[in-house]
Amino acid sequence: MQAQKSEVPAIRLEGITKQFGSVIANDHVDLSVKHGQILAILGENGSGKTTLMNMIAGIYFPDHGRIFVDGEEVVIRSPKDAFKYGIGMIHQHFKLVDVFTAAENIMLGLEEKGKFSIKQCEKRVKEISEQYGFELDPSKKIYEMSVSEKQTVEIIKVLYRNANILILDEPTAVLAPQETEKLFNVLRKMRDDGKAIIIITHKLHEVLSLSDQVTVLCKGKYAGTVDTDKTNESQLTEMMVGKKVTLSIDRSEPKNCTPRLKVDNLNYSLKDGTQILKNISFTVNSGEILGIAGVAGSGQRELLECIAGLRKSEGEILYFDPKSEETIDLHSKKPLEIREMGVRLSFVPEDRLGMGLVGNMDIIDNILLRDYRNGKLVFLDKSDSKELAEQIIKDLEVVTPNASTPVRLLSGGNVQKVLVGREIAASPTVLMAAYPVRGLDINSSYTIYNLLNKQKENGSAVVFVGEDLDVLMALSDRILVMCAGAVSGVVDARTATKEEIGLMMIRNKHQKGNN
Amino acid sequence: MWAEFIRRAIMQGIPLLFGSTGEIVTEKSGNLNLGIPGVMYVGGIGGVIGAFLYEQNATTLNPFLAVFIPFMCAVICSLIMGLIYCFLTVSLRANQNVTGLALTTFGVGIGNFFGGSLVKLAGSDVPSINLTATSSYFRASLPFADDLGWFGQIFLSHSFLAYLAIAIALLASFMLTKTRVGLNLRAVGENPATADAAGIRVELYKYVATCIGSVIAGLGGLYYVMDYANGVWSNDGFGDRGWLAIALVIFAMWRPRLSILGSILFGGLYIVHNYIPNLDVSGQELFKMLPYVVTIFFLVMTSIGNKRNAQPPASLGLPYFREER
Amino acid sequence: MADTEHKVKEPLFHIAKRSSIVWWKAWLIRLGAILLALIVSGLVSFLLTKENPLRIYAVMIDGAFGTKRRLWSLGQNIAMLLCVSVAVAPAFKMKFWNIGAEGQVLAGGLASAACMILLGDSLPNPVLLLIMIVASIGAGALWGVIPAIFKARWNTNETLFTLMMNYIAIQLVSFFVYKFSVPKGSGQVGIINRTSHAGWLPVYFDMEYLLNIVVVLMITFVVYVYLNQTKHGYEISVVGESENTARYVGISVKKVIIRTMLVSGAICGMAGLLLVAGTDHTISRDTASGRGFTAIMVAWMAKFNPFFMILTSFLIVFLEKGATEISTEFGLNESFSEIITGIILFFIIGCEFFIQYSVKFRKKEVA
Repeated sequence: MQAQKSEVPAIRLEGITKQFGSVIANDHVDLSVKHGQILAILGENGSGKTTLMNMIAGIYFPDHGRIFVDGEEVVIRSPKDAFKYGIGMIHQHFKLVDVFTAAENIMLGLEEKGKFSIKQCEKRVKEISEQYGFELDPSKKIYEMSVSEKQTVEIIKVLYRNANILILDEPTAVLAPQETEKLFNVLRKMRDDGKAIIIITHKLHEVLSLSDQVTVLCKGKYAGTVDTDKTNESQLTEMMVGKKVTLSIDRSEPKNCTPRLKVDNLNYSLKDGTQILKNISFTVNSGEILGIAGVAGSGQRELLECIAGLRKSEGEILYFDPKSEETIDLHSKKPLEIREMGVRLSFVPEDRLGMGLVGNMDIIDNILLRDYRNGKLVFLDKSDSKELAEQIIKDLEVVTPNASTPVRLLSGGNVQKVLVGREIAASPTVLMAAYPVRGLDINSSYTIYNLLNKQKENGSAVVFVGEDLDVLMALSDRILVMCAGAVSGVVDARTATKEEIGLMMIRNKHQKGNN
Repeated sequence: MWAEFIRRAIMQGIPLLFGSTGEIVTEKSGNLNLGIPGVMYVGGIGGVIGAFLYEQNATTLNPFLAVFIPFMCAVICSLIMGLIYCFLTVSLRANQNVTGLALTTFGVGIGNFFGGSLVKLAGSDVPSINLTATSSYFRASLPFADDLGWFGQIFLSHSFLAYLAIAIALLASFMLTKTRVGLNLRAVGENPATADAAGIRVELYKYVATCIGSVIAGLGGLYYVMDYANGVWSNDGFGDRGWLAIALVIFAMWRPRLSILGSILFGGLYIVHNYIPNLDVSGQELFKMLPYVVTIFFLVMTSIGNKRNAQPPASLGLPYFREER
Repeated sequence: MADTEHKVKEPLFHIAKRSSIVWWKAWLIRLGAILLALIVSGLVSFLLTKENPLRIYAVMIDGAFGTKRRLWSLGQNIAMLLCVSVAVAPAFKMKFWNIGAEGQVLAGGLASAACMILLGDSLPNPVLLLIMIVASIGAGALWGVIPAIFKARWNTNETLFTLMMNYIAIQLVSFFVYKFSVPKGSGQVGIINRTSHAGWLPVYFDMEYLLNIVVVLMITFVVYVYLNQTKHGYEISVVGESENTARYVGISVKKVIIRTMLVSGAICGMAGLLLVAGTDHTISRDTASGRGFTAIMVAWMAKFNPFFMILTSFLIVFLEKGATEISTEFGLNESFSEIITGIILFFIIGCEFFIQYSVKFRKKEVA
């Protein structure tokens, strides 16, 4: 199959629209790729890139719009249909069986004619590897592999099924710079071989160095397509972040700012050695909101969990007690120890029903989570929680039949009100909130913003991890920008521009040095 | 004496081998079937019912039918047990542990009930179930086995079901490691969501694997009554061998080929007390603990070592519901 | 295969997880399942006995409630099953699959039997009883905590571990039964302290099983309070629902696992004491007689609520007694009761599906 650079696009989308409940994930998106071309899809988190690709791969079915493969209209209902049209997707979260070898994973579910032979498969895997310059031992087990090797398996799996159209969902998010370069070389070879490649990313320099064309999505909408050699970083950033939206969040000037929490040289690695946080240092002051910006998975979640005592990190986490004026080191303390030292640290985790609350328990019992140890002797005392639950329901306008309704039956916004309400009720001196408005409607979001502002006015140090830059800039006093597990800078939220932050999110100091 | 010990150990091991091979095939699909002890009882009594009715109604026994009828009865009865389990756990997504235990209660009940009431129910006038005639066909072994000394005694003196057990275990091993179906089945047990995404029909695989597993295990019950017990059914005679078969799965690290050796070892451990000189009855009881102690030892060692290739299938015991992911 | 994908087959029905169900609907479904199960068991009985089905039910009721003696025996059996069910509930609520209650009961029973045999002649009865209580609770707790320690430390599969512990306990009992057997070598312990009644639980108001029943009801109440009104019970629920949340609020998951299995095992040990010192006055490998396994189903059916367990254990014991009566009345084997129990369990297990999921039949889509 030699490079067939015909003018008919390998795949073309026309007016694709997909709605989840009240959220429009894709709104009339167009896109087209030719054989022998690499198209980058650029957009912020939640701009609908993955949803769009899932519709090509047969995971979702579009509400409206048409898909053409090699000029003919097609209907893709399942991953199998997608394979039939030569479309293969490499998901961000690998779909591999851990205890299988690479070859076994590649053969999984295949309905080939002829003898079943792992040897044959391994031989073909080797051929494919040689053709494109992969390095992969087909008899190696997945659990013994590095992330980049796993990704290689996923790519070969797709090639093995003779895919001509490859979709890669943020393939470089998990790779080291050298690995990324290797992957790009492979992709270029595939392009020269006549394959059509779509790569989702939000790293600008990658877009510029790899792609032939760029399609930009902004909040689910099609923002345009440009040729890579006729564009530059600032134009793309502008298209990606869109126009600045002014939000009516009342932001007061920070008062009585003194350092409350100081993180110094914090490092955190997973058991397998992957470093998640690299030399993080920053200070949060009382009476201010420190926003944390960054693309998803830059280490925000892990950072907060390290501070809250849920993960074991290296470095210093110093807490300055406002009353006793003592300095307490929170590093390597467990959540209970932190509380017993009198540190009033509240944490609203990203995973509300999996960590912050228990879905099957009612509101009262969930409120009780924080203070259940206060009861007399061995017994629980629910009276305070009952009172507090009623109060939270009233003050925060939680929509629920009553206080003894299991929280999993509440809507997302009401679940979050219960969680934030509980954490605030402890009158924290430090309040950390990870994506507290994700999936919430406008009204609930504003309730949460107001609550955070109120904590700030009460003199708490508030850490707010968000994904919407408009909100971060309207709510925070300072914004710490993270990129790939490191701090790429701290800016003043009142003066910084969206483009400035956008660039810091996708290109930190180290990478600047490389380019 | 040694040859005799090994021969007896193999005879003890064969029901365990059937049971554990069946359970391995089942568990590879992610179903932990704690109903295997019940299934084995049902397989045994199925064979007994078939043989009893045939012996009662036939004037002269045709050797082929005398084996074929009980065999098919055992297969069908244990298949039904497998279907009950699958319907509840796969289609209705019921808790596997509870379903398995209920199946064991039910199966042991069926076995003992028909064992005790078959004569009356069939309106027969014989005093008790005694199927020595049928059993003699089942027990037929190679005629020259006795002439070959210890070699014949250990390797050739067994009946066809014993060789079938080993053949099935080898076949299961081949199927699991060397075929497309085996690969897909293991994927279902490890990660049903991935298997589903790869276009494998998860529920179908679970059903088929569990039912075939039940049938294999049921044959263990058949071997026990027809070969080991000479065609005499005694209530609760099968004892706790079903649970031992489940233990053997762990010992064999989910590999049917290892369970061939394991079953003979367990069979040996089960009867070793008879071969230890000067051991009183109470001491014998202590020795009967051995298979369980060995299993726990292995269970603990594999969990401490955390060796990836000795672990149960990752989704073992969990129901799969596509829309939850 | 790929070709059939063209004709997209619309499945006949669609299964969706219910977000909630009104409590009375859930109970209606359960009641319906039990009724259906009773009809099926009646049918099975009819096929085997060719008796009028109504008479079969009458025989069942007579078998369970017919005489004063039967009533007491019913009460006693419910109490013992309830006791073990209540014992396993805390572990299951924590999602720790302890199927080793059988062994834990036996360990407790063995400990009290040993005390009765070895110390029966030398100690005053109250002291002996006290020692027996401590010993049996200790033995049960020990049997329960061993798998828990390995689970907490190395995540060793508890289902298989506890299962094996059952058989070790059974063999241990067999060993001591031979050691203690009267007469020597008979393989039976016989009634312990037949004349002195040393170590027998006292009989009040001439009612043999009254004490057992009262003690079990007290345990049931205490466990209910423990699970629902104490900090420990709360921690068990949190760990069972989400280990992540437990860690988030600073609960030590390992500690809770070990502590809960200590409690679970201890109550099982107590059940062993009641069986040996309060009921059988002997020990054998059948002392627990499968209650450890049945209790799991009883507890599960009651959604681990100790008070509901009174109902579910009543249901199971009633069926056992009734079916046993059918088998004696019609000259069938007594294992008939296990078949009936199995059938009922299948229906109850199956009906949970209709409580948790709703089955929607697909309407023809307008193209």
